[in-house]
Amino acid sequence: MTPGTEPMIGAVGGASGGGARGGAALLRPRTMGYALLVPGLVLAALLVAPPFLSGFLLTLLTQALIYAILAMSLDIVLGYTGLASLGHAAYLGLGAYAVAILTTRHGAGFWVTLVAGILLAAAAAAVFGLVALRATGVYFLMITMALGMVAWGLAHRWVSLTQGDNGISSVPRPTGLPVSLAGAVPFYYFALIAFVLAFWFLRTVVRSPFGRTLVGIRESESRMRTLGYHVWLHKYLGFVIAGGVGGFAGVFWGYYNGFVSPSDLELATSVEILLMVALGGRGTLVGPAIGAGIIVLLKNLVSVYTQRWLLILGAVYIGTIVYAPEGIVGAVREWHASTRRNRT
Amino acid sequence: MSTRRIAALLIAVAVISMGGIAPAEAQKGPIKVGFLAPMTGGAAQVGKDMVNGLTMWLEENGNQIAGRKVEVIVEDTQGQPNIALTKLRKLVESDKVHVLAGGLFAHVGYALAPKVDEYKIPMLYPVMAADDLTQRKPAKWVVRNGWTSSQPSHPFGEWVVKTLGYKRVVTIGIDYAFGWEVVGGFQKTFEEAGGQVIQKLWAPLGTTDFAPYLSQIRKDADAVFALMVAASSLRFPKQYQDAGLKAKLPLLGGGTTFDEFVLPSLGDEAIGGISPLIYSAAIDTPANKRFVKEYRAKYGKVPSYYSEVCYTTGRWINEAAKAIGGDVEDRERFLAALGKVEIPDAPRGPVKLDAYGNPIQNIYIRKVERKDGELWNTVIHTYPAVSQFWKYKPDEFLKQPVYDRNYPACKYC
Amino acid sequence: MEFLVNQTFNGVTYGALLFLLAGGLSLIFGMMRIVNMTHGSYYLLGGYVALTVMWGGGHYLLAVVVGALVIALIGIVEWNSFLKRLSGQELGQVLTTMGFALIFQDLALMIWGGDPYIIPIPAMLSGSVSTGPFTFPIYRIFMVAVAAFIASVLWLVLERTRIGAMMRATVDDPEMARGVGINVFLISMAVFSLGASLAALAGVVAGGFVGVYPGADFEILPYAFVVVIVGGMGSLKGALIGSLMVGLLDNFGKALFPELSYFTLFAPMAAILAVRPTGLFGRA
Repeated sequence: MTPGTEPMIGAVGGASGGGARGGAALLRPRTMGYALLVPGLVLAALLVAPPFLSGFLLTLLTQALIYAILAMSLDIVLGYTGLASLGHAAYLGLGAYAVAILTTRHGAGFWVTLVAGILLAAAAAAVFGLVALRATGVYFLMITMALGMVAWGLAHRWVSLTQGDNGISSVPRPTGLPVSLAGAVPFYYFALIAFVLAFWFLRTVVRSPFGRTLVGIRESESRMRTLGYHVWLHKYLGFVIAGGVGGFAGVFWGYYNGFVSPSDLELATSVEILLMVALGGRGTLVGPAIGAGIIVLLKNLVSVYTQRWLLILGAVYIGTIVYAPEGIVGAVREWHASTRRNRT
Repeated sequence: MSTRRIAALLIAVAVISMGGIAPAEAQKGPIKVGFLAPMTGGAAQVGKDMVNGLTMWLEENGNQIAGRKVEVIVEDTQGQPNIALTKLRKLVESDKVHVLAGGLFAHVGYALAPKVDEYKIPMLYPVMAADDLTQRKPAKWVVRNGWTSSQPSHPFGEWVVKTLGYKRVVTIGIDYAFGWEVVGGFQKTFEEAGGQVIQKLWAPLGTTDFAPYLSQIRKDADAVFALMVAASSLRFPKQYQDAGLKAKLPLLGGGTTFDEFVLPSLGDEAIGGISPLIYSAAIDTPANKRFVKEYRAKYGKVPSYYSEVCYTTGRWINEAAKAIGGDVEDRERFLAALGKVEIPDAPRGPVKLDAYGNPIQNIYIRKVERKDGELWNTVIHTYPAVSQFWKYKPDEFLKQPVYDRNYPACKYC
Repeated sequence: MEFLVNQTFNGVTYGALLFLLAGGLSLIFGMMRIVNMTHGSYYLLGGYVALTVMWGGGHYLLAVVVGALVIALIGIVEWNSFLKRLSGQELGQVLTTMGFALIFQDLALMIWGGDPYIIPIPAMLSGSVSTGPFTFPIYRIFMVAVAAFIASVLWLVLERTRIGAMMRATVDDPEMARGVGINVFLISMAVFSLGASLAALAGVVAGGFVGVYPGADFEILPYAFVVVIVGGMGSLKGALIGSLMVGLLDNFGKALFPELSYFTLFAPMAAILAVRPTGLFGRA
């Protein structure tokens, strides 16, 4: 059975394991150990990576971690609730602008900007969600696109606040922390911690009854309504959480670049985040994180070697949908499931 | 996963990452120049023109600077600040360049400046014209050898009143920082010379249809000053003419409204357009005539200012490097030398930097005319040795805020 | 009074431009429900092909026809190889068509370079007519004429011909249509290629007004989507009224509230969708 398509038998407190779609019924001690080994290895690799990587690659990895948080947040809306949003870059932008404005104008420390960024993004999602969630499918896509463009327009026009298209520069590294984050390596670990925290948080959300209800809504809204669930409220909360986590990513993005401008919120960025989720595998959390890494590498690394990187990116977009519609994680799972089938 | 697999994975990671580590630099090896420009996306052609300018100078000079070979590494910024920042890191940390140059968009310029200062590596900004980069928000390691947005506008405002006799002007500009600065500079000197800006219109970036603005233009004006860039420069003159305005109101513009980038694609609707800029392909000096001829032969088109400033950048780096005996590894000395370069005969004329790091150079008032079946920006007047501060004392000038949408205010609107 | 007349004329002619941009999309997106990010590329490529024809000495009309035909072909290939399998999957459609859009953008840059061009229009369409205090550019009137022409032809074909009925049946309910003996495959392909060629036509006609240059593809894309969405999908009438409305709203908005000029397009779109998520004349 391909992941995610099994009928939702007993949607209430369903047995499908949290961040991993399907397959939970097959959990046996050996598989469980395997399931921990891969993430454990990845985490270990990420922890020891810095000395082995050039400054450039470390920079890319840091960026990938931050974008991974953003992609995972979109996965809540797209992968778990089944709503494709084309305005998600707005939350990244809001978090980043919160940092930029508060640090350059008010000398705010890290904790203040962190809370402000998350709250601002969540508040925006709360407002946008009221408008957008009246629609589904392609209309949802369009409304979120329009809202994203409104946010972009605001960043451009509210010059007294955002300095318009010039952007806000000289955003300092976080202050008010026991360690200095000026160096590339300390900031890398800072981003890694953020990533792990975000991952843990989102994983808890999707494994909770709330998260499972979202999946149920994705599979069939009418069924969930019949079963007595407040569908709209769940979608709304999911949307707001996704926005808040997006803002969280934005905070780190602002600190990382030391610069924010309206181009952080443009439509192309929102499309890219969608691709990250689709490429990695929606509804898996891990997938979008991997997708983020691949896209960051592609844009920054491939363009070093060829000016035709756009062609390659385009091919990746198409190839993903044609060859791996469930994304990389989905493809790996398929392969793993098929080899296990062949073994018996 | 077996231990063998883990080991293989780790080795693979190590091997891949080594690809990013550059080999140690031998002293007196080639001089490495990192060049940042948008090579893809909407501004790709401008990026190409910039690279072509630099490349042409290097090829004319045997690819050598101060006796050492030169290696140029071009990186695509894609017009995005965060990509530009990443590429900057790569150029400085992995490629170990000695000097950087390039950049097109103002926001990229503002994003890179603090990082360049942090790295303590000189970067030349030949194109980026944001006023404050050499005024209220300077960066020590940025050598701005191009221009400021308002630099050509200052003499122009005065000239329009004194020479053309226009006293009432309507301005229409693209609603972003570059537009505000070009229009602002014009308005300041125009009104100080006795003129009045009676209406200020702003159109958002990407406006395809200027009709809502064109039909609002007050007919009791003497002329219209329009600041357009790239695609809007392409569309505006025709729409202006078709709205019946060209016949009644002479069209003045910022330099980019009629610059050589769009001129080949314009037609009769642009003829008579008057604008100021630091360059014109029609400048009648031996240096420029040769430059235009060679560039055209090599790249098939008349060079725009984008190419000229990057061509001169090659020379600029050379002059500075020569002044310190080729020792570009000594960055402080190199930076100081870059600040002292004086070029008397660049294609655009004499160039040297003021105390704030911006060129003092000629400003050419140009008029679009048809010559031999092509459109050219014929130079009708030259203001020599104009600085970013025009006739104002720098500290006086810096007391006023940077030009923006509402500064100078429209007193006569 | 003068203000009203001028801005109304501007709004209507801008609406015509928008309809040209969105006409093809209203077929592909509105009827077939395919979110087509390649629409902008069809527009751009149509313009470039027409330019090539004209540089080669061809007449304007020939350029229009060739542009439309070439892009129709490209559309057919894209649809046949990729899109027809993705019905109902908007994410898949967005990403696949986005991929093509990026590829086409880079190919166009490689083939035609990055310099901006305006499509040279025939002399008789240049200039303007003046009556009293008003001056109306002839080319804008031409654009209204073309838009009206296309709208009428589309309406006639869709509402009054057998093929049109088959098209409507196919996009409404492919299963039933197949059951009734309609060659769903061919008809779907025909509708898609028609939409693509309309986009190319827009590229040529609008190209004389807006220009042909890298980035034009992604610049017009949001505008096209706005019109189809505001007017309501699945409805040609909706696209027509949508473009008029958006044209007038945008024009008057920019003239009366210049501070909000970045929002005159998308804020109303969000507002309309908030009230009626399926657009003004849409059927869900």
